Amino acid sequence: MSAEREHGATSPVKPTVSVVSAPKETQVTTTEPVSQVRQFLNARGSGLIADRSFAALMLACACSIFLIVLFIFWILIKNSHLSLNAFGWKFFVREAWDPVSGDFGALPFIYGTLATSLLALAMAVPLALGVAIFLTELCPRPLRAPISFLSELLAAIPSVVYGLWAVFVLVPLMRDTLGPFLVKTFGWTKLFDGPNFGVGILTASIILAIMILPIISSITRDIMKAVPNSQREAVLALGATRWEMIRIGVLRNSRIGIVGAIMLGLGRALGETMAVTMVIGNHPDISKSLFAPGYTLASVIANEFSEATGDLYYSSLIEIGLALFLVTIVVNAIARLMVWAVTRGAPSRIS
Amino acid sequence: MSTQPLQSQSLGDPRKPSRVNILRRSISDHIVTGLAILATILVLAPLAAILFYLVYKGASSLNLAFFTHIPAPVGEEGGGMANAIVGSGIILALASLMGIPVGIAAGVYLAEFGSGTFLGNAVRFTADVLNGVPSIVMGIAIYSLIVKPHPPYSAFAGGVALAIMMVPTVTRTTEEMLVTVPHAVREAALGLGVPKWRTVLSVSLRTASPGIITGCMLAFARVAGETAPLLFTAFGNQFWSLRLDQPIAALPLQIYVYAISPYDEWHRLAWAGSLVLIALIMVSVTLVRIFANRGVLKGGS
Amino acid sequence: MGVGIQVEDLNAWYGSTHTLQDINLHIPANHATALIGPSGCGKSTFVRCLNRMHETNPIARATGVVKMGEVDIYREASPVEIRRRVGMVFQRPNPFPTMSIYDNVISGLKLNGFRNRRVLDETVERSLRQAALWEEVKDDLKKKSGASLSGGQQQRMCIARALAVDPEVLLMDEPASALDPVSTSKIEDLIFQLKSQYTIVIVTHNMQQAARVAENTGFFLNGKLVEFDSTHKIFTNPRDKRTEDYITGRFG
Repeated sequence: MSAEREHGATSPVKPTVSVVSAPKETQVTTTEPVSQVRQFLNARGSGLIADRSFAALMLACACSIFLIVLFIFWILIKNSHLSLNAFGWKFFVREAWDPVSGDFGALPFIYGTLATSLLALAMAVPLALGVAIFLTELCPRPLRAPISFLSELLAAIPSVVYGLWAVFVLVPLMRDTLGPFLVKTFGWTKLFDGPNFGVGILTASIILAIMILPIISSITRDIMKAVPNSQREAVLALGATRWEMIRIGVLRNSRIGIVGAIMLGLGRALGETMAVTMVIGNHPDISKSLFAPGYTLASVIANEFSEATGDLYYSSLIEIGLALFLVTIVVNAIARLMVWAVTRGAPSRIS
Repeated sequence: MSTQPLQSQSLGDPRKPSRVNILRRSISDHIVTGLAILATILVLAPLAAILFYLVYKGASSLNLAFFTHIPAPVGEEGGGMANAIVGSGIILALASLMGIPVGIAAGVYLAEFGSGTFLGNAVRFTADVLNGVPSIVMGIAIYSLIVKPHPPYSAFAGGVALAIMMVPTVTRTTEEMLVTVPHAVREAALGLGVPKWRTVLSVSLRTASPGIITGCMLAFARVAGETAPLLFTAFGNQFWSLRLDQPIAALPLQIYVYAISPYDEWHRLAWAGSLVLIALIMVSVTLVRIFANRGVLKGGS
Repeated sequence: MGVGIQVEDLNAWYGSTHTLQDINLHIPANHATALIGPSGCGKSTFVRCLNRMHETNPIARATGVVKMGEVDIYREASPVEIRRRVGMVFQRPNPFPTMSIYDNVISGLKLNGFRNRRVLDETVERSLRQAALWEEVKDDLKKKSGASLSGGQQQRMCIARALAVDPEVLLMDEPASALDPVSTSKIEDLIFQLKSQYTIVIVTHNMQQAARVAENTGFFLNGKLVEFDSTHKIFTNPRDKRTEDYITGRFG
């Protein structure tokens, strides 16, 4: 058998071996003591308990996100059971809102929320798409970073600041300039009847549109960037113009994702509170006129919650909050699924 | 065989589009380009308008008194928003203390333990969905949990409401930053016999820390401007208060109250307050932009 | 000082792929053993089974017996304990980007809780000298980041980092494949110097490298160990035809 401690000698060792006849292979047949470093390391434990506790702690914190959602759901249901029992599902199709007599119905708020959100989407989506197209396909490289930075700044402005600006700039603008103009040009549509005090559905929709623009635009940009360049090149190679390349090579591939981006904007619009509250007029009316004051689900909570005397009043407002919670969760879940389907693998933008 | 140039499309070389066709497409191309540029201008215009107006209205009202005095009684001149600035600071500190560690831990789970698992995907999805819940809903939920059973309104309740808003954002940015740490670096630590928990803390987190910090700043900037969740938790306070179990002033809250009030003096303060708020947020967003690039480069190989 | 490694009936899987089949061999202590074979033949997987690193992949599995010295590493020790006794150098240098050279080299000690400043200083010098890097970096130990060195220097620093923990076995997975020829020859000189003190297992694509530094060589093919013998024998008179085909460049 081979003498395994011969340095440099060739020691043929067969694969099917039983070389256990060799002397003890652990260190100390030489005169070298086990070093301090080795002693220290050999004495350390396996750290299994620490590893397991650490992993458990991280898992617990991750699950806290589930807990937060479930907790909100649970507490909203618990605190709205009074009005749930009193009105049932009809709560959302009744047009009453009379705290004095205890008669509550959420239809005006649903109307206000939907009207402002959809109107805001109608204004915001074309602009957001335009900006996204511009930034991803048409913008000269050096301008790209500053302009996208500016549009991110738009997203960072707090709601209350938008509201402040809307109250002192947009409302007078609507009252004195924009409103009369709209009446003159589009009065035939009967959408602009009635007195115009500057506040109302239209003003709220405009400020809402400004606020949801950044999110629609930035997610659309992410989606468009996720389309591989090979798609663009293939269409260009067929002799397409730039717009055709964008339309066929990029937009067609990202349709689903763009719908998702729009839905995310919708989700944001449905829940937007402060700026809307400051310019919508806060009157539970359902009217065809865009100048009429309105009320949204979020606004009624913001305005009346702290003064809600009486359990039924409080419970009704909580029920409205519950509805808002569920609707935004569903809209956001569907939207995120759509966006994920298109940008699969690429990290999604936090917004 | 005719050698005349052909006018009608049906007789022309099928591979070559007619002149009319090319012209039409070229016009569409230019129209769309113009529309896109117009859209961009229309989008940036309100931003410019708001910022300009803010500076114009707010700067003139900013003086030392603004930062050192509490609001003056109605009708009197002067006064400031010092209590609101400090109050916001306290609430935000509370929220960060509660929300950031939980968020980072959840992000660590997603990147280091649960990546690719069903639970991990579910957590990530839920965090994204939670980000979209209106902040007023958070406010009334925390009101029902903390304020209603234990009145009065309190800074603590405000902190909790903002904390649960920070958690999803911090979670996702932490995960994204940890994912950029190359696997080879983790292997180096594991190969040295470093236990996993130590590898995560001293290697992964340390390498990704610039990006994680900026993610926290992003979450911080986002909740710093939130008003709705504070309406029924912190509630606001006209006077100095540093107590955690009493109502406390907050900058966005105060701006809201002043904005909808009928007093010009308070409107002035609202503009000044907005300017301060925006300035703080803009600084954070800019820092995030600068650090985000450096963070990824530093954590990369 | 090194220990020998005894491998019996080692089988490994990645998910459902059977990556190693019935490996049996003995790696002698204080010698350098080279493992050669075409891409994907399992030699990297094998080496990672020796310090249980393949377990870091959740879909990886292994059965069989691997004895390091007297210890059955799968049944009588935890992965962390084994990896502390075995140093590993990877294909691409992977210094810790946020740490200085000094901290990189002693990371195996510091991250395991070792605090004695004097011993740490001595260890850094000893390891860097062993890795033939001391002269080049001794003035910048704490000033320069580990990632700011050149590729060859980074790899030698990674070798120093592995040696700093005074391992019994040193595993090297194609340590020079990402490096230029000058750095490669420096590293081969290193291995030649170190093999009398440690048991070295080196995976390599480069047959000349195996011939230069290792006393024994094993030839892997498609997850099986085809032949294991003295380097001289493998390269001059291999027993198996497949070995001969590989050596003479007929495939791989």
